[in-house]
Amino acid sequence: MLKVLKSGFFVTIQDLGRYGYRDIGVPVAGAMDVDSVKKANLLLANDPNAAVMEITMTGPTLLFEEPSFICLSGAHIHATLNNKPIENYQVLQVTKGDIVSYGRLENGFRAYLAIKGGFKTEKVLGSRSQFAPVTKTKRLKDGDEVLYDKNISFKPLISEVKIDDHFLKDYLEVYKGPEFELLNDSQLSEIFTKTFTVSKENNRMAYQLSELIEGHTHSMLTSGTLPGTVQLTPAGRLIILMKDGQTTGGYPRILQLSEESICTLAQKKLGDTFTIKLL
Amino acid sequence: MKSYPISIKPFGERAVLVEWPSEVKESILADILDFMEAFKALKIPGWEMSVAYNSLTMVYNNDHLDFEETQKMILECHAEQAKTASTRVQHLWAIPVCYDLEFGIDIQEVSKTLNLSVEELIQQHTSHQYVVYGIGFLPGFMYLGGLPASLEIPRRAEPRLQVAKGSVGLAGKQTGVYPQDSPGGWNIIGNCPVPLFNPSIKEPCFVKVGDKIQFHKISKAEYELHKIEAEVGIYKPAKVVLHA
Repeated sequence: MLKVLKSGFFVTIQDLGRYGYRDIGVPVAGAMDVDSVKKANLLLANDPNAAVMEITMTGPTLLFEEPSFICLSGAHIHATLNNKPIENYQVLQVTKGDIVSYGRLENGFRAYLAIKGGFKTEKVLGSRSQFAPVTKTKRLKDGDEVLYDKNISFKPLISEVKIDDHFLKDYLEVYKGPEFELLNDSQLSEIFTKTFTVSKENNRMAYQLSELIEGHTHSMLTSGTLPGTVQLTPAGRLIILMKDGQTTGGYPRILQLSEESICTLAQKKLGDTFTIKLL
Repeated sequence: MKSYPISIKPFGERAVLVEWPSEVKESILADILDFMEAFKALKIPGWEMSVAYNSLTMVYNNDHLDFEETQKMILECHAEQAKTASTRVQHLWAIPVCYDLEFGIDIQEVSKTLNLSVEELIQQHTSHQYVVYGIGFLPGFMYLGGLPASLEIPRRAEPRLQVAKGSVGLAGKQTGVYPQDSPGGWNIIGNCPVPLFNPSIKEPCFVKVGDKIQFHKISKAEYELHKIEAEVGIYKPAKVVLHA
């Protein structure tokens, strides 16, 4: 078991998501930056779907009460184990009484802490990803206890790797969305030449961009949406749906982010900028 | 059963969007549901499908898709399906609503705007069967069609920051039930004590797309009773089987 001494800004438990319930309106949820999660789970020889801790912007203080092995990935939020600095993509042994805490955010926005065997929180509809009201709670709070299996015998095949941060890219790659054909020349030129900025409306449900483009008057029947769907509002606002995004929407879906670019965007925060490239 | 022309568009790396003519129509919904039934019968693991009015989003969770191949498979399946009779079963669900002023916080204002007495408004709201054209927006939120024109009223000018779970609302051509506490701009005329989404059971949503629902008026005492029944898990919504 692990005890959350201080919970930080927004810390949740996530796996790869909740599949098979789109038809009743349940968002897929799951880790925002799947690439970072897969790498950490791989180093721990975990199932890729093993549940990890997703840490947004500021880190928690965590007390480990059983021996195990952990691996950090994603954003760099100066982390320490018993006050000694630790790096991403290192397999580290923890033991009873060890404390992991975090300092200043260096780059990215979402860091991950994976543990050997994954966190053993309650599974709801096939997934441990926190998303209220499907799960009872929406994030970890001070004093919460999180279960994991005791492990003293793990021998990692690789104990440390140097990995380039995929998320430092300053562009997103997109496919045409179902309503791409609605865009006129001036809208197309704006989308593919402008530099866009992440607005303060950004969370696990959606990222709104600060810059407006030319709007539209197209009205359509509500239809399906996916993580990575870029919607254009009549006022010309671009809204990019993320992992907790609703499963249906009524705004034209002009673009669809590549899965890799969803990971890139998941690591951007208020004020970060990027351009958009058509694949 | 009538078969409509369909068009298929790529939707990212592992999904496609299948579209029927852009209308809200029961025969279109029936063609979509027949297609889904035929596609499911192919028993290809990894596919997840969701309907909204005239479209079907098909997500392949197992891998990236080859669009041309997927398109061909869907068109063939749709053409084949037209030849066989559907065995789909649909239900008509009776959904209890308490229209007391305590829950129907906008019902007096709405009845004034629509030039109906509160009793007439309730009578009209409960005398129609509504078709479930999709479930989305929130887990368990039903997109319902078939609202009589006499009950059409614009959304509230200012959305509320919190609408209570179970609230029954009117907005434009739509009526519906908020399955959870949520911000919202609909005019609230009552509350349904029965949860439309319950993640703690195997089938969290008893209503399926293609089903119909009809509201019926209950008293405050019946409301409290159904609420307790639902909480302890013994409430069984009344249903009638309809054949497609």
